[in-house]
Amino acid sequence: MPESTPSSGPEIVIEPTRGLAFIRWRDLWAYRDLLWQLVWRDFATRYKQTALGPLWHVLQPLITTGIFTIVFSHVAELSTDGLPASLFYLCGLLAWNYFSQTFTSTSSTLVANANLFGKVYFPRLIVPLSSIISNLVSFVIQFAMFLIVLELYRASHPEATCGLRWSALMLPLVLLQLAAFSLGVGLWLAALTAKFRDFTVVSGFLIQLWMYVTPIIYPLTKVPMQWRIWVAVNPVTVPIEAFRSMLLGTGYLSPNLIAVSLAATLFALVSGVLVFQRVEKNFIDVV
Amino acid sequence: MSRPIIEVSNLSKRYRLGSIGATSLREEFTRTWNRLRGVPYPDKTEFWALRDVSFSVQPGAVVGIIGRNGAGKSTLLKILSRITEPTIGSARLRGRVASLLEVGTGFHPELTGRENIYLNGAILGMSRAEVRRKFDEIVAFAEVERFIDTPVKRYSSGMYVRLAFAVAAHLEPEILIIDEVLAVGDAAFQKKCLGRMHTVAEQHGRTVLFVSHNLGAVRSLCTNCLWLESGTLRQQGPTDAVVNDYYKAGSLAPASLNIALEPRLGHHGEQLRITALTLNRNQPILHGEPFSFAIDFEARSACEEVSFGLGLANLDGTRLMSMDSDLTTPRFTLKAGQRGRVECTLDRLLIQPGLYLVDLGARSGDFNGLDYLSGIMRLEVLPGPSTPSTLIRDSGHVRYPGGWSIASA
Repeated sequence: MPESTPSSGPEIVIEPTRGLAFIRWRDLWAYRDLLWQLVWRDFATRYKQTALGPLWHVLQPLITTGIFTIVFSHVAELSTDGLPASLFYLCGLLAWNYFSQTFTSTSSTLVANANLFGKVYFPRLIVPLSSIISNLVSFVIQFAMFLIVLELYRASHPEATCGLRWSALMLPLVLLQLAAFSLGVGLWLAALTAKFRDFTVVSGFLIQLWMYVTPIIYPLTKVPMQWRIWVAVNPVTVPIEAFRSMLLGTGYLSPNLIAVSLAATLFALVSGVLVFQRVEKNFIDVV
Repeated sequence: MSRPIIEVSNLSKRYRLGSIGATSLREEFTRTWNRLRGVPYPDKTEFWALRDVSFSVQPGAVVGIIGRNGAGKSTLLKILSRITEPTIGSARLRGRVASLLEVGTGFHPELTGRENIYLNGAILGMSRAEVRRKFDEIVAFAEVERFIDTPVKRYSSGMYVRLAFAVAAHLEPEILIIDEVLAVGDAAFQKKCLGRMHTVAEQHGRTVLFVSHNLGAVRSLCTNCLWLESGTLRQQGPTDAVVNDYYKAGSLAPASLNIALEPRLGHHGEQLRITALTLNRNQPILHGEPFSFAIDFEARSACEEVSFGLGLANLDGTRLMSMDSDLTTPRFTLKAGQRGRVECTLDRLLIQPGLYLVDLGARSGDFNGLDYLSGIMRLEVLPGPSTPSTLIRDSGHVRYPGGWSIASA
């Protein structure tokens, strides 16, 4: 076994945190193997003892799209920007599901892992970061399904104009923004839930309402012009519109909207990380 | 002396009793409202789990942390393990730290033994390459080769604990922090774990902080000891000195027991009633040291041929040792209304350190039970100065010193 001298290791200083709790990048990097182990754990255990396994990723958006098409398109007759309703909803849900899943798992980080966090130290941020990555798995499956549905539609409607644009190459950047924002707002909720259990109720409620203020069942073009900038303060709006514009060819985007959306995302991410890091330090005392 | 590897200064930790358990928004509003109205914040709920603790540890030292429940041992370990922050003060740890406050932290029941080794290793701070390098060693140590690809939820509890400890035992930190984790597993496995800790400490020169209620383990492993009491550091120094003072301070001394009113079975206690039991003059009971007990009694009617006795049973109730007065002393004759005390002394108590149940009785003649109380209290025999540091109790309940000789045939 290799001998190491005590002085070779890094010095760990333990003292009360005063002021802002910044990320310790070196620490995070040292635990990168844990990140992958947690991603693997989520992947390996998610479908144990389910009959349909990963098929759920496909069924869930398909069923939701079916219901939306009946309720919002046929019954309520909401506009879908000239797109076939099913593709319109499916595309919106593709982005929305990634956001809501990451948000939900991040917001329960502290409470769900209290037992683990009470027994061993590692940078707590590893856990939400791992859910960002493991939720990508379901995103990829849903994305593949979306492409199949899209091609089936185009094959049966030769006159259809909707379809992938070259801008779709930028999709990873949009996804990155979604991940960053869901992390930021999820960390806020995680911190608040650790302090006040009321927020376990709030986060489920919040995500439900959030879907309605995000243009998923309606296009942004239906929102009056003077309100659009406010809708963009919700950082999920622009990614949803971007998805539609990249994957289907319609969607409303402007540099102003994008700038507001990015600024709001950055704010949520930085403040979320700071608040989370602050609460996480003594969180175990109040479990 | 070289630079200390652990330096702790003025470490303090405050808990607010009222806020243990997450608060609700309503509570928080009430509190804020009260503060705004000038109603003083109830500071009575403050509680210092640790207060002004300072010490330093040299590289390679194995330091035991002892103290009663609630003395702050766990809080200290939690702070040093970076699970929670101190309220005041600081600690410097110069080296890689691994802490083992529980075995099997983060084990996932659905995953196989193999997958859990990698997962648990990563949680404890090992890199994947490190786990891969030690994988075979870990599996061999845990003795689970045949089940390595079985989900751990199918493991017996013994296998589970062995695997969990095996992963932790192969960490190679410069500083190892261990809470009472050896309380799990069977005797043979405990022996193996202690052996492994010896190796880690002595051969690899690691620094170890070890919390245990098993003072025998502390004696055998630790060179130095910290004694915490009510959140403060009461004493530190070489293990033997600290442990002896700890015993003397009576932290573990049994109190005398008033048993006059304990319910009896049948007619026990009607003619003669045992009213109190005092063990070892309220001093800690140490293995290999003198031991005494005193029985207070009250004879309600005249009794002939009376003998008293005390027995120790293990926690299952099996009697291991009896001390009857009529073995060595003529039986007593008691008058009606007579109160008194009989005392028995032993030169050396040879029953092994451990927890025992006390049975107590008085008898007239050979068969006539006058009073009898079974399992009336628990008695703890602690390791004494002469107790061998081998901790394993597989050598029977009593170690009897014999006169040995050898001759060639």
